[in-house]
Amino acid sequence: MLDVSGLHLWRGERHVLKGLSLHLGAGQALQLLWPNGAGKTSLLRAVAGLLPSESGQISWCGQPVTDDPLAYCRNLAFLGHELALKGDLTVLENLHYSLGLRGGVTALQLQAALQHTGLQTLADELVRHLSAGQKRRVALARLGLWQAPLWLLDEPVANLDAAGQQLVAAAIDTHLQAGGCALIATHQPLALSSAGNRLWQQPQEAA
Amino acid sequence: MTAPATAWSAAARVVQRDLRLAFRRPGEWLQPVAFFLIVTLLFPLALDPEPARLRALAPAALWVAALLASVLAVEFLFREDGRDGTLEQYALSGQSFAGLLLAKTLTHWLLTGLPLVVAAPLAAMALGAPAAAIPGVLSALLLGSLSLSLLGAVGAGLTLGVRRGGALLSLIVLPLAIPTLVFGARATDLAIRAEPFDGSLYLLAALAVLSLTLAPLAAAAAVRISLE
Repeated sequence: MLDVSGLHLWRGERHVLKGLSLHLGAGQALQLLWPNGAGKTSLLRAVAGLLPSESGQISWCGQPVTDDPLAYCRNLAFLGHELALKGDLTVLENLHYSLGLRGGVTALQLQAALQHTGLQTLADELVRHLSAGQKRRVALARLGLWQAPLWLLDEPVANLDAAGQQLVAAAIDTHLQAGGCALIATHQPLALSSAGNRLWQQPQEAA
Repeated sequence: MTAPATAWSAAARVVQRDLRLAFRRPGEWLQPVAFFLIVTLLFPLALDPEPARLRALAPAALWVAALLASVLAVEFLFREDGRDGTLEQYALSGQSFAGLLLAKTLTHWLLTGLPLVVAAPLAAMALGAPAAAIPGVLSALLLGSLSLSLLGAVGAGLTLGVRRGGALLSLIVLPLAIPTLVFGARATDLAIRAEPFDGSLYLLAALAVLSLTLAPLAAAAAVRISLE
């Protein structure tokens, strides 16, 4: 599904990614456990198309993503450091507006996602009243509802308690079982039960 | 997910979301119109009360106040969305990024530009403009404020990654806004003197169409650079 080959990326004077290649097939997850500053976030942003790479190719289902960037974007869900939630909107309103950019969801799907992430009692709460972990759960609910096959997750368990971390791992496992794939930048390896789970310790190793 | 969102429905969500947010924080969008009214209402008090002199200066006072109010407002156009990751999600939504930013800019104009037009009759009367000139003043400000918001979006995009970019934003936007200022003030002057002002209005309309066509593309390119 996702193929990255010969990716070079500079951040200022630093040559962060030096000819990096990776492949992610259906049902596979790759957890990047690189040290700080090794380029985890840069790789995710480059794969998402937010960072232009100096050279290299990123392909989705055999097609270079530059052929039809909008179609590629519809296939990916990106969870970055910032969660794109508005403090002055309720949990439901936040989900309603951000999901509406891609397509509608039924009320039933929305309720199921809230229940699954433990947010059913907070649906009408303003997001600014939520804790950092609860906000991340809202972002997780949105991630599932996007139904995109490629998940790009940057520190998905930051600010989450043990139950929240299990929830993220379970959500990723469900996604992989449904034929999706995930590229995950994290400092804490997630306990995924899926057979397609791989850990990548150093950017110099082959993925 | 049910049916994929069309460009229109996605743009509609952006408009609805920004309107809802604005009505929960009215201070942000009331500030530019308050500035516009304060300047235009204080101006006659600081000047010789002779009506003819006031009338002669009215177009300049109205347009400089509208321009500065517009620059003041546009500083906040993309800032919060840039900080909280919303613009990243817009860029990755699979919709035209320029289209979503256009929807956002038009909402911003509804909230900060249109109130200037609504407040303009009061400001124009305070500056000695006859009632017959009001339609001309309104038409000119309607077209001019739209151009100013769209040009401001380009400046806001370019200064998105700059800490305290307000001064830089003014330096970028003010030169771009000069044609709108010149033709807007000219149309207003002609309207106040009860002379035909169609020519200036057509030029303002042309500038608005040009901004509507090019500014979203330039703003999208600028915001993408800031997101890197």
